[in-house]
Amino acid sequence: MAKLIRGNAVVSDEWTLVALPVRDEPVKKQAGKAVLFKLTGEAAATDAEVAGVGIPGGKVIVPMSVWLGRHAELTARLAAGQLGVWLDSFEEPETLAASLHDINAFRVIAVNFPKFIDGRGFSVGRLLRERFGYRNELRAIGDVLRDQMFFFKRCGFDAYALRADRDAQDALAGLRDFSDPYQGAVDEPRPLFRRVARSA
Amino acid sequence: MYRYDAYDQRIVDERVAQFRDQTRRYLAGELTDDEFRPLRLQNGLYVQRHAPMLRVAIPYGLLSGRQLRTLAHIARKYDRGYAHFSTRQNIQYNWPALETVPDILADLASVQMHAIQTSGNCIRNITTDQFAGVAPDEIQDPRPWAEILRQWSTFHPEFAFLPRKFKIAVCGSREDRAVILVHDIGLQLTTNAAGETGFRVYVGGGLGRTPIIGSLIREFIEWQHVATYCEAVLRVYNRYGRRDNAYKARIKILVKALKPEVFAQKVDAEWAHLKDGPGTLTQAEVDRVSAHFRAPAYATLPALDADYGARRETDKAFSAWARRNVHGHKVPGYAAVTLSLKKTGVAPGDATADQMDIVADLAERYSLGELRVSHEQNLILADVRQADLVAVWQAARAAGLATPNIGLLTDIVCCPGGDFCSLANAKSIPIAQAIQQKFDDLDYLHDIGELDLNISGCMNSCGHHHVGHIGVLGVDKDGSEWYQISIGGSQGTAAALGDVIGPSFAADEVPGVVEKLIGTYLEQRTDEERFIDTVRRIGVAPFKTRVYGESANARKVANG
Ligand code: SF4
Repeated sequence: MAKLIRGNAVVSDEWTLVALPVRDEPVKKQAGKAVLFKLTGEAAATDAEVAGVGIPGGKVIVPMSVWLGRHAELTARLAAGQLGVWLDSFEEPETLAASLHDINAFRVIAVNFPKFIDGRGFSVGRLLRERFGYRNELRAIGDVLRDQMFFFKRCGFDAYALRADRDAQDALAGLRDFSDPYQGAVDEPRPLFRRVARSA
Repeated sequence: MYRYDAYDQRIVDERVAQFRDQTRRYLAGELTDDEFRPLRLQNGLYVQRHAPMLRVAIPYGLLSGRQLRTLAHIARKYDRGYAHFSTRQNIQYNWPALETVPDILADLASVQMHAIQTSGNCIRNITTDQFAGVAPDEIQDPRPWAEILRQWSTFHPEFAFLPRKFKIAVCGSREDRAVILVHDIGLQLTTNAAGETGFRVYVGGGLGRTPIIGSLIREFIEWQHVATYCEAVLRVYNRYGRRDNAYKARIKILVKALKPEVFAQKVDAEWAHLKDGPGTLTQAEVDRVSAHFRAPAYATLPALDADYGARRETDKAFSAWARRNVHGHKVPGYAAVTLSLKKTGVAPGDATADQMDIVADLAERYSLGELRVSHEQNLILADVRQADLVAVWQAARAAGLATPNIGLLTDIVCCPGGDFCSLANAKSIPIAQAIQQKFDDLDYLHDIGELDLNISGCMNSCGHHHVGHIGVLGVDKDGSEWYQISIGGSQGTAAALGDVIGPSFAADEVPGVVEKLIGTYLEQRTDEERFIDTVRRIGVAPFKTRVYGESANARKVANG
C-alpha cells in the first residue's frame, strides 16, 4: 500500500481510490521519450467508461468524470462525508467547483501528477484553495516524490500519497527544504517583503 | 548592486544543502536518471558531450570584482582554467565533475551567487540591458525590477515544472538592448499620461525552431501589479501550454494558437483574481531594492577629458579602440568600456581565469568595483573616467581584451555548438574563428562597419542567429555538418528575423560566402548605410545572385 503523509505524519489511509479503466492508447513518443500528456480540458473518460466504473463501499475518492456523470447516485455518500473526488492534471477545477453548491462537502480532493514533471497540478491546487475556497484535505497522488514536497505544500496540498517505493521519513524532510521563501502562496500568502522588515 | 540580506543568503545556502543531498542520493542510486535530470537542470547542470556543463546565473549580467575572482577561482580549481560567457548573461563551465558541483555551489554562495533555475522548464535568469543605470537613453533603471522579479520567480512553487523553459527580459531604455521582443515575457519600462511608472508587456516572442516576435498584450501595467500580472501569464501558460510535444511547448505556440487578443483576455481574467492581492508590490519594497542600485557618487568632471581627446587624435590604435569599445555615459566625463571576448582565434565569449582576475582588478581600480556581462558575450566596465581610459586600454590590450571590434563583423555571437553541446547539429566555434581570420584586417573591418553576425549550432538558437544581420545555423544533412545562412535579421526596437538565402554550405565555404555578402554590400551601399540598411533597401536577391550565381550548377550536385 502506498504511504500516506498527512500534515507532518505518516498515517494509514482510510480512503479507497477509484481508478478509471486503463485504456489501450497508443503511446506517443518523441525523441525516444513517451509523451502521454493530455491537453488541459480534454475528457478523461467516455460516458460508457464512466458508467462502467465499479464503486466500492466505504470512503471512496472517485474520478471527477465519475462524480460529474453519476452525480445522483453519489449525493447521499457525499452528504454522509464518505465521498472524495480526484482530478487528473488536465482536468479543470472550475468544472468541479461549478458542479456543486459547496466544494467543502468533499472531505478529500486529490490531484493526480501522472509524472512529476507535469506541473499543472500545482496550479490546480492553488486554484482549489485560493479561488474556490476549498478547506478540507488536498492530496497529491501519482508520481509523488520527495523533491517536489516543498512545492506541493506551498501550493495548498496537505496530504501526499508517496510513491510506494519511497521512504516516508525522507519525504518529510523535503517539506522543510527552505525556511523563508520569497513569494506568497497558499501556505503563506504574504511574500517575504510583507512578512518581515528587510533592511536595505 | 544588489547585496544579499540574511534571507537571500539563507535561500542560496539552503539550496546548496538541498542539491548536495540530491547529488548524494543520485550517486547512491536512490534517484533515477529521469528523476535527477530535472533537479540538476534546475541547478544549471547539463550532461554534455565530454562532461557535465554547469551554468551559473549572473542576474541581469551584473558582477562585482570579488564575484568575478571567485568565478576565476572555480575555473582553476574545478575546471580547466577558463569559462564561457553565454548569450543570456550567464557563465558556463564545461568540465566540472558531478561530485564537485555541490562544492562549486557552496563557493558561489559565499559570494552571493548561485546556479538556480539556469536551465530546466522553469523561469530562467531574468536579463536586461548591459548599460542599465548608465545609458544616456535610459527611461528608468530596469535592474531593481529585474531583481524584484528574480526574487518572485526563485523557487516559485507553482511554476517549477512548466511545459518548457521561460525567459523574461526587462528593458528600461529607448533602444532595446535586452531583446525583449524575443522573450517569453518582454517588459518595457514606460510611463503613462499621469507620469506613473509601469510596463508595456509583450509575450510569446522567441527564437528556436519557430522564431516569433513577441505580441503586445498590455499597453500599460502599473508597477505595483507587475508581479501579479506575470503570475497570471505564467498560470495561463502552465495550465494550457502544450505538454504533448516539446517543440510546441513554448508559450509562443500557445499565444499564436489562441491569438494574442484571446491570450490577453485569459490573462486579464486570471489577473482579476490576483490584482491587489498580497503579491502586489509595495513602495517600501521597491525603495529597498532600488536603494541597492542608486547612482554612485560621481565626480564632477569636464564633459571631455582633454588628454583623452588629444590621445584620440594622435594614437591611431587607441582611437580605433575608443571608437568601437568606448560608449557614452549619462554622467559627463565618464564612459562605459566593452572588453572584447572576441579576439581572433579564441572561442567567442571564452575567458581564462587569469583574464577574469585582470578584469576584476580593472573593475576595482577604474569602475567602482563592478562590471557587466552583455548578451553579445563581452564584459563591460560601466563607470570609467575618461581620464583612465588609456590605462584601461593598455591593461586590456596586454590581456588580449582590447580587440577594437565591438559591433563589427568579428564581434561574433556564437553558441558553444558541437564542440561542447550534445544537442548540436554542427560545430559553431571553428566557423566563428574561420570568419574572424578572414576579416582580421582592422581597416577593412572598420570600413565594413556595424554588423551583427550570429552563429547557432542547432535550431535551439542559443547564438540568436535569427536576429543576426548575418545568421549562420548548423544543420544536419545525412549525418554531416552543413550551414544555412540568413541575412536581414536584427535585434532591438526594430527586431526582425532574417531570411535564409538558399541551400546550405559546407564548413569551409562559410567564410567565402560571408565575404561575398560583404562584397555585395560594399558595392551597393550608399554613404551612411550599414549592412542591414542595404539589405532592407535592396532586398535579399542581389546577395543571393552573388553567392549562388557563379556556382549554381556545382551547388545543385552538392546539395541535391
Ligand atoms: S544552439 Fe544548439 S548547439 Fe548551440 S548551444 Fe544551443 S542547443 Fe547547443
